[in-house]
Amino acid sequence: MNRRDFLKNTVKGVAGLGISAAAIEFLNPKDILANINKDTAKVRWAFLVNTYKCVGCGFCVKACKQENEIPYDANVTRTWVERYVITKDGKRYADTPKGARDGFITTKIEMGKDKFQEVKDEDIQKAFFVPKLCNQCENPPCVQVCPVGATYQAPDGVVLVDRTWCIGCGYCIMGCPYGVRFFHPKYHTAEKCNFCYHRITKGLKTACVQACPFGARQIGNIKDPNDPITKIILTERVGILKEEFGTKPQVFYIGLDREVK
Amino acid sequence: MKSHVFRPLLVVIGLVVIVLIIRVFYVPKDFGIHERGYMYGWYREGNIEEWKTQVKVKYQGKEYCSGCHADKVQTIDKTPHAVIQCENCHGPANDAIADHPSEQRPKLTIDKTRGQCLRCHSKLHYPSSGRDKIRGIDPDKHNPDIECVMCHNPHKPSLEGLK
Ligand code: SF4
Ligand code: SF4
Repeated sequence: MNRRDFLKNTVKGVAGLGISAAAIEFLNPKDILANINKDTAKVRWAFLVNTYKCVGCGFCVKACKQENEIPYDANVTRTWVERYVITKDGKRYADTPKGARDGFITTKIEMGKDKFQEVKDEDIQKAFFVPKLCNQCENPPCVQVCPVGATYQAPDGVVLVDRTWCIGCGYCIMGCPYGVRFFHPKYHTAEKCNFCYHRITKGLKTACVQACPFGARQIGNIKDPNDPITKIILTERVGILKEEFGTKPQVFYIGLDREVK
Repeated sequence: MKSHVFRPLLVVIGLVVIVLIIRVFYVPKDFGIHERGYMYGWYREGNIEEWKTQVKVKYQGKEYCSGCHADKVQTIDKTPHAVIQCENCHGPANDAIADHPSEQRPKLTIDKTRGQCLRCHSKLHYPSSGRDKIRGIDPDKHNPDIECVMCHNPHKPSLEGLK
């Protein structure tokens, strides 16, 4: 074996290992429990997304934008829905036109500005939607990098932005590995999903959970063993995004696929 | 020591002292390190309350609507559209602009566009998603020039419900 082949094979082998391990890895309930019982707070908000149920209607995005006064036509949004189409010959397409504010109403996949890709029904191997939002990480990098203490984590786990304190430096936007942050076009301060803090603290559901007709989104208290989402998270196969970053997201997914980044 | 070192040093020290004094007045009492310690724990505690109380709830939910529009809610509850919140089509009932219901009970803006229906009913063959199971049409072929509500009543979506 010459050196080139050796390197090639090693890279392939390592990549292959990575994939097979990632594909079968699910969260260990013990780890989740250890995390839950770490402190004395009674409430820790967590979110559960069922990607099998999501149909890409985008009602969640529409409701979120209106509830949280994110200018409707600005190309920023606190939550969005991604579409994944994987063909039989292994090609992978993903898009989220306008964050799916108007839902997915065409088979054409947006490939960049004014470029579209048509995938024939018979070529589709799997296709599904993945709603995304701020993960309210247990170890939030955005909080860690904020130089003025404007981004912080409330005792119930939700990461909030103090608009009067934010200086608009954008560190948190760079620090977030999930790309969920942006500048609010009106307030010019850092903005992101905060689980509709003004609603959940009044006993209401978040706007997106309420608007979703298919129950693809759920919110609950992971510290309450009787909460429906806690039961699911502890007993079913759930995953989180970018586990390797160690941020410990509190948004859990049913039906996550390794194509989802 | 020569004064050309001393003087700038004094100026710097003076500036630092001034900044520290301003800081005492400027930074609120409730700003500081909280439970999570130095790495994650810096914030202004009062902001939590601000988020809770100063932001208005806009979407009210179906129960709220059925308080006055029970008949409408009952009809729709017998159809597959029962899963859809009234406000998904009618707009938030407690909007910054139209406070519904207020004294004048302003009408909510109803979204009757084709796009609104196509969100679910544009046929997408996506085998690993619930979308595959929803009855859908090809928007380019099925009466492309007219609004769906011309033929379908969203509160009774089957064609028999047409009135
Ligand atoms: S943009 Fe605002 S919240 Fe983000 S790091 Fe800078 S000061 Fe902190
Ligand atoms: S409202 Fe529900 S089904 Fe529709 S796109 Fe959002 S999560 Fe998916």
